[in-house]
Amino acid sequence: MTILIIAEHDNSSLKEITLNTITAATQIGGDIDLLIAGEDCAAAAEAAAKISGVTRVLVADQACYNGQLAENMAALIMSMASNYSHILAPSTANGKNVLPRVAAKLDVSVLSDIISVESPDTFKRSIYAGNIIATLQSLDPIKLLTVRGTSFSPAEQNGSAFIKVVDGAFDEALSLFINNDSVVNERPELTSAKIVISGGRGMQNGENFSMLEKVADKVGAAVGATRAAVDAGFVPNDMQVGQTGKIVAPDLYIAVGISGAIQHLAGMKESKVIVAINKDPEAPIFQVADYGIVSDLFDTLPELENAL
Amino acid sequence: MKILIMVKRVTDPNVTIRPNMDSSNVDLTNVKMAMNPFCEIATEEAIRLKEAGIASEVIVLSIGDKQSQDQIRTSLAMGADRGILIETDATLEPLNIAKLAAKVIEEEEIDLVLLGKQSSDKDNNQTGQMLAAIKDWGQATFASKLYISNEKATVTREVDTGLQTIELTLPAIVTCDLRLNTPRFASLPNIMKAKRKPLVIKPIEEFGLDLTPRFKMLNVESPQVREAGDILGSVDELLEKLKTTEGVL
Ligand SMILES: Cc1cc2nc3c(=O)[nH]c(=O)nc-3n(C[C@H](O)[C@H](O)[C@H](O)COP(=O)(O)OP(=O)(O)OC[C@H]3O[C@@H](n4cnc5c(N)ncnc54)[C@H](O)[C@@H]3O)c2cc1C
Repeated sequence: MTILIIAEHDNSSLKEITLNTITAATQIGGDIDLLIAGEDCAAAAEAAAKISGVTRVLVADQACYNGQLAENMAALIMSMASNYSHILAPSTANGKNVLPRVAAKLDVSVLSDIISVESPDTFKRSIYAGNIIATLQSLDPIKLLTVRGTSFSPAEQNGSAFIKVVDGAFDEALSLFINNDSVVNERPELTSAKIVISGGRGMQNGENFSMLEKVADKVGAAVGATRAAVDAGFVPNDMQVGQTGKIVAPDLYIAVGISGAIQHLAGMKESKVIVAINKDPEAPIFQVADYGIVSDLFDTLPELENAL
Repeated sequence: MKILIMVKRVTDPNVTIRPNMDSSNVDLTNVKMAMNPFCEIATEEAIRLKEAGIASEVIVLSIGDKQSQDQIRTSLAMGADRGILIETDATLEPLNIAKLAAKVIEEEEIDLVLLGKQSSDKDNNQTGQMLAAIKDWGQATFASKLYISNEKATVTREVDTGLQTIELTLPAIVTCDLRLNTPRFASLPNIMKAKRKPLVIKPIEEFGLDLTPRFKMLNVESPQVREAGDILGSVDELLEKLKTTEGVL
């Protein structure tokens, strides 16, 4: 068996979730090729070569892979797909965008967002907003999977893989990359931070999120939010934690002014320790929290900041 | 321009789903059903394009059991023009849904397909991408803004680092994210009017496709439940617990 992994990177560095995906591949077993497709992505390829468990790093460095457009990425992956028993991608916006396109071109299915590897053809995934864990066996000749990062530990980084250049620019000309409007953020990445502090509708507005940020900066935490807070325009979409946002599982998750809807819980209930601050003692978040404080967050957040 | 929207009948997102007696599948007996919330967003966007004079016709497609007519009628009541139900009692995988939809696109000469980015029951997040692949069209997933002009669609996408804007040449596929719009409620007169809008039911066999499942559900289970913990009286008590008992600070 040989496994192809589509790396998540920003050309200059690898995203942590790539390491979790490699661990999932290691559990399946076999040689692992890691594809870095981008523009001016040599630095990401260098970093990839250091990951333990990777046999070869395949580098496709072309202007047409800028922005990771699904059509061009899928065409590139198709050009090499027949060499592999499994193709994996992290369950990120990019992975979810590209892998189903590859699957349909290969006439195979995808299992989305797997949370465990039972055997080389059997995997678990979570459905119905985290209320059900299903065990599924793939009957396809090539198995395509996206991988939930928080369910697998990150691979070590003391390897020395061979770097191979992949020629050919697959420019399908079906879509055009215009721009990325990235949120500049000095804090740790939400999906890999050890501590996450999230705010909900109870924060009342975007300015009040600075109260969470002050606490976050004292302990090196990332800041997240509920869908309600994003929909209301308090904070940008990349901060949404939940079924339809990002999945996080830090050592410590602090939920502030969050009721605890199942769609939010689906994105954070695997956290090691959960703390809830909410003025409503009946809020469902307290049913999953290890520690709760029933209080007005506008009193408790400043106290917390001062005490840290 | 003709738009196809795809809608799915799913379990109501507020209902907690549990395994059946022998854990072979989920128990959906008497569970309240609804339109997938992302499909409501797709419907709304299509109707707005029609109201803006950009779309000439909005066709709504559902693939599912007989009761999926309810969800088609909801789309029609919101403002779609006519409906197609491909009727089947089987639970189809996204690949097969995409294959069937591709046939409808060919028959109807569709220029733009709008569908939800995922369904709130299975969270596959695949159908739009697969449909785009089968048709060899451009795709824009996770759309939070859509602007159409001169045979091009400019789409802002919600991605992990913020927003990405791309441009597609039509025909194309766009999957809708939460922030694209706020779906309207159908008014009573429009619900009545929708009952008279055309809805064609096609048996799935008519399409002559091989729709063999590609994976087998071996078992379903409920996840481990977390126990409710302690309610604490002060921030100091909390920090003590987090530092000493848990060692996470
Ligand atoms: C298909 C679908 C997908 C969804 N996906 C997601 C998702 O990915 N992520 C997500 O988060 N949600 C998601 N949702 C939405 C989810 O159902 C809830 O609506 C949402 O999580 C509620 O957010 P909230 O807790 O911030 O707001 P609310 O439910 O309004 O809760 C606010 C809480 O703040 C408390 N509060 C208010 N003021 C104060 C104060 N001064 N001090 C202390 N506490 C206070 C209140 O007691 C209340 O408990 C989804 C919904 C659907 C239908």
